[in-house]
Amino acid sequence: MTDDPREPAGVRLRTEQLRLGYGDAVVIDGLDLDVLDGTVTAVIGPNGCGKSTLLRALSRLLPARAGHVLLDGRRIDRYPTREVAKVLGVLPQTPVAPDGLTVADLVSRGRHPHQAWYRQWSGDDEQAVAEALRWTGMSEFAERTVDTLSGGQRQRVWISMALAQGTDILLLDEPTTFLDLAHQVDVLDLVERLHREMGRTVVMVLHDLNLAARYAERLIAMRDGQIVADGSPKDVLTAELLRTVFDLEAQVIDDPVAGTPMVVPIGRRHRSTAADQ
Amino acid sequence: MTGTGLAVPGRPPVRAGGFSGVWRPRLVTVTLVGVGLLVLVAAVNIGRGEFPISVGDVLGSLVGGGDRAQRFIVLQLRLPRTLTGLLVGAALGMAGAITQAITRNPLASPDLLGVTGAAGTAAVAVIAFGGGSGVVVGVLAQVGLPIAALLGGLLAAVLVYGLAYRRGVVSDRLVLVGVGVNAVAVAITSWLLVVADINQATQATVWLTGSLDGRDWAHVVPVAVALALLVPTGLRLSFGLGALALGDDTASALGVRVNRYRVALGLVALTLAAVATASAGPIGFVALVVPQICQRLVGGSAPPLVTSAVYGALLTVSADLIARTALPAELPVGIVTAVLGAPYLLYLLGRRNRGVRL
Repeated sequence: MTDDPREPAGVRLRTEQLRLGYGDAVVIDGLDLDVLDGTVTAVIGPNGCGKSTLLRALSRLLPARAGHVLLDGRRIDRYPTREVAKVLGVLPQTPVAPDGLTVADLVSRGRHPHQAWYRQWSGDDEQAVAEALRWTGMSEFAERTVDTLSGGQRQRVWISMALAQGTDILLLDEPTTFLDLAHQVDVLDLVERLHREMGRTVVMVLHDLNLAARYAERLIAMRDGQIVADGSPKDVLTAELLRTVFDLEAQVIDDPVAGTPMVVPIGRRHRSTAADQ
Repeated sequence: MTGTGLAVPGRPPVRAGGFSGVWRPRLVTVTLVGVGLLVLVAAVNIGRGEFPISVGDVLGSLVGGGDRAQRFIVLQLRLPRTLTGLLVGAALGMAGAITQAITRNPLASPDLLGVTGAAGTAAVAVIAFGGGSGVVVGVLAQVGLPIAALLGGLLAAVLVYGLAYRRGVVSDRLVLVGVGVNAVAVAITSWLLVVADINQATQATVWLTGSLDGRDWAHVVPVAVALALLVPTGLRLSFGLGALALGDDTASALGVRVNRYRVALGLVALTLAAVATASAGPIGFVALVVPQICQRLVGGSAPPLVTSAVYGALLTVSADLIARTALPAELPVGIVTAVLGAPYLLYLLGRRNRGVRL
C-alpha cells in the first residue's frame, strides 16, 4: 500500500549497540539485531526480560539511551514521525478504544498518517478501510461500537486498523493476551495471512512458546536484556534453552499438526516420572 | 472519486476539491439546532429590560431594521452584555471539550484543573491592588486583567501538569492535582479579598461569581479577537484528537507527536478559558458540563468542539436570562451555571463509583 521502494530481503529494522531503560534502571544494553524484510519474528522470554521494552524501542515509543534503532538504514529518531507511521505500524499490548467509538471509526483512524486536517476521508482512505474491514471479516460489524465486541473481535478490529494504516512492517506486543485459545489461534492466523498474502514484515512479542514456534519463522529468546538464542524455532526451542532462559524443565517434541517444536513442561509433580523415561 | 471507493458503513463521505471528510448528519443537526436556540435566547435576553423589546424587533434591529431608539438600545446598551456572555460561553465550551479530549477524562475542565481558579486569583490581584476603579474602566482593566488571568491560568496549568507528570500523565492524578492547585488558588483569592480595600473587595467578589453586568463593547472586543484566533487554531489542531483518543502509544504509532501536540492544544484551551475568565469572571461548570452533554446529544466517542462552543454559548446566555428574569434579585450568571452544573458533577462522580473510569 505504500510506494516506498524496498530491496528484497533487505534489512528493514536494525539495532546497533542499543541501550534501553526506565529511570535509573538499564533494561537492555549493547543489543544488536536485524529484522529482514518479509519475515515473521517472535520475541520470547520470561517476564521482565526486556522483550516488550525492545519492541517499544523498535516502535520508537521509547528513546534509546545509547546506540540506535535504524529503520530502512535511517535513524528512527531522526525520521519524521508521520513518515515512520506510514512504514511501521504498532499494536500496543492493551490498546484502549473510548466508549461509543464504532468499528469503522476506529479502523479509519489507522489512516491518520495519510491524512491532513482538510483531507480526513479521501477515496483512498475509504477504500483502504473497506478493504481492511473485509480482510479481517469485520465489515458486518462496521457500525457496532467497539465496546460491544468480544475480546477476539476487538483484536481483529485493532489489526484491521493497523492494516488500514498500510505499513510494510507491523510490530505486535502480545497480541493474544487475554484471549482464549481459539481466539489466540484466530488472531495469529490473521497475522500469518498478513505475512503470506500481503508480504508484511512482522515482529511480535509472544508468551505462548508453542504458538510462537508455529507462527514465526524466527524466534529470538531473551533473558535479562540479552539475546540468548536467535534462529529457527527448531534451533531455539530446546530443552537446554528452556532451562537456561525460562528456568523450566521441559521436553520438546514435534508438534503433531505443524511439525514445529512443541514444549511440554514437566513441573515438580511429574519430575520423577519424566526422569525415568 | 466517490465511484471508485467502497462504501464503509456509517462513514458517508463529503468531498469537494482537495477537501474530504465524513458526513455526520446528527452532529450537523444538533449543532444547527443549538445555533437556532442560541439566536432565540440571545434575542429574548436582549429584549428583556426596563424597555421590553419583542424578539422580532430585536432581530430586526440586529440586521439594521427597526427605529433609531430601538437600534440604540439593542446595539449599544444591551448587545454587548449578551454578546460577552455568548462569546465567553463559547470559549468555555470549547476549552472544556479540548481539555477533556486531550486528557481523555470527562472530569477534566479548566475549572476543575485549577486553571480558571488561578486566572481568577491573578485577576483579583489586579482588581485589588492594580487599578483604582478596577474592572470596569481603565487601561489596566482592559489589557492587564486578561493578561494577568492568562498568566495565572498558565502558571496553574504548568503546576498541574508538572506535578502530575510521572513518565506520562495519568488523568486521575491530573484531576487530583488540579483540585489541590485550585484549593490553593481559592485560598490566595480569599486572602486577597481580606487584605484589599473594602470597595475593591466588593467589586472583586461580584466579579468572582462570574457576572455579565455592565459589559460594554470594550469587554466584547478582547474575547472576540481571542476567539477569532483560537477557534480556527483549535479546529485545525483537533485533527489529531481521534488518534490521541486511542492512547499515547497508539497515537504516537499513528504519527502524532503526543507531548508536543497535547501542549499545543492545551495552550489553546487554557488561553480560551483565561480570556473568558478575564471578560466575565470565572463562570463555573460550563466548560465541565457542556462538552459531556454535547457528546451525548451527538453520539460518538469524544466531545465535539464546535457543538460544545455553541452549547456553551447557549448555556451561558440562558443562565444570564434566568439570572435576570426568573429570580427575584438579579444574580450574577455564574451562580446560575453553578446551580445547573453542580448536580451534573455529582452525577459524574457517582458514576465513577460504579466502576466507570474517572
